[in-house]
Amino acid sequence: MLKLVKLGCERDNRLLFTDLSIELLPGQLLQIEGANGSGKTTLLRVLAGLSSDYLGDICWRGEKLSGVYADFRLSTFYFGHKPAVKHELTPIENMHWRAGLRNEVRSEQQIRKALDQVDLAGFEEVPCGHLSAGQQRRVALADLSVTEARLWILDEPFTAIDVHGVAWLESVLLRHINDDGMVVITSHQRLRDISGQVRKIRLESFSGPVGSDHFADDEGAFL
Amino acid sequence: MSEGHLRGRQVFFSIIKRDLMLAFRTPGQVVNPVAFYLMVASLFPLGIAPDKALLSQLAGGIVWIGALLAVLLSLDSLFRSDQEDGSLDQLLLSPHPLPLLALAKVAAHWLATGLALILTAPLLALMLHLPTQAFPALMLSLLLGTPLMSLVGGIGAALTVRVQRGGVLLTLLSLPLYVPVLIFGTGAVQSAVDGMEYTGHLLWLGALLMTGLCLAPLAIAASLRVVVDG
Repeated sequence: MLKLVKLGCERDNRLLFTDLSIELLPGQLLQIEGANGSGKTTLLRVLAGLSSDYLGDICWRGEKLSGVYADFRLSTFYFGHKPAVKHELTPIENMHWRAGLRNEVRSEQQIRKALDQVDLAGFEEVPCGHLSAGQQRRVALADLSVTEARLWILDEPFTAIDVHGVAWLESVLLRHINDDGMVVITSHQRLRDISGQVRKIRLESFSGPVGSDHFADDEGAFL
Repeated sequence: MSEGHLRGRQVFFSIIKRDLMLAFRTPGQVVNPVAFYLMVASLFPLGIAPDKALLSQLAGGIVWIGALLAVLLSLDSLFRSDQEDGSLDQLLLSPHPLPLLALAKVAAHWLATGLALILTAPLLALMLHLPTQAFPALMLSLLLGTPLMSLVGGIGAALTVRVQRGGVLLTLLSLPLYVPVLIFGTGAVQSAVDGMEYTGHLLWLGALLMTGLCLAPLAIAASLRVVVDG
């Protein structure tokens, strides 16, 4: 479904990664690892279509991304470093406009249920500016349980999330890939509860010259 | 999967609603430009002379320049908060056409500030002894001119969205583009003061507004894509 062909990216005269080729199929989760500054966020922004400054090709359903942007955008959910939650609005209002942007319509009931799942029951009418950083990220992550997108692109979703939230997020990811969805995720978190379908790449191994052994050991994924 | 039709109209109004809610929950966003407008316009009688004959000649220009500066002041925040909290990325990744979303943002901006400035204008005009026969021309020219200024300024706001303290740069970018608006706007008022026909100026403003409505959203969308791409 999502295929990267010889993807390369350079920023500020620094080669972040090069010759990155990988295909992501329905029901798979791709975890991108790498040290700080290794280009994980840049890779995800390229994948999401926010940045066009790259070499190589990205293909979606067998066609080049530039030709199928509309379909790609309808099928993608992007969660960036900044959660895109308006401080002046309540969690419900935030989820309404976010769903509208994704061309989805959500009833108040669905939204309340989603907020309940991320432990925000009782905070539905509180302006998000009054919530903690972790709670604000939960408002954005609550979208995961209502979105119809097939491909999730998640940049460090576990940041500022507590143990209970991590367990919830892992269960949502598991359900999504069991449901033939796709996930690209950057995280330092070891995804324990998801077995079998996790593929990992370390971005550093793509920064060197072509030809080295690109794929990190998959062993860690099957814990 | 939600294949099929895009609910464009729905998202257009939901963005307007969102931005208006944001504007009215941080009242400074609405009140500050109006307060600035009142201050600037009341400086003129103090700085020049509180002479009725002189002021009534200058009134049209003062009211117009005040409105222009107030719009400029408010434009800086058009995309900045969206950029700061990551909403801008979500706008860019939406399956909806970006020019439509940009137009919604500009429309909300005009509803929150332009409209307030138009409603304040008669008060200022009265204060500056603008002849009564020029009031319709003033109101109509502002009604056509302020949305145009929001549209054109939106391009500058999009280009400077990632510049720290981009307010001055935004002003430098937008002011030259405001010159025709100012000329036709004050031209209409001046003609009315002199008792002449002023529809020609208004028609020019209308034509500019139509051009702006068609082209500015495209330019804003392109600017946002380029700026965020970095």
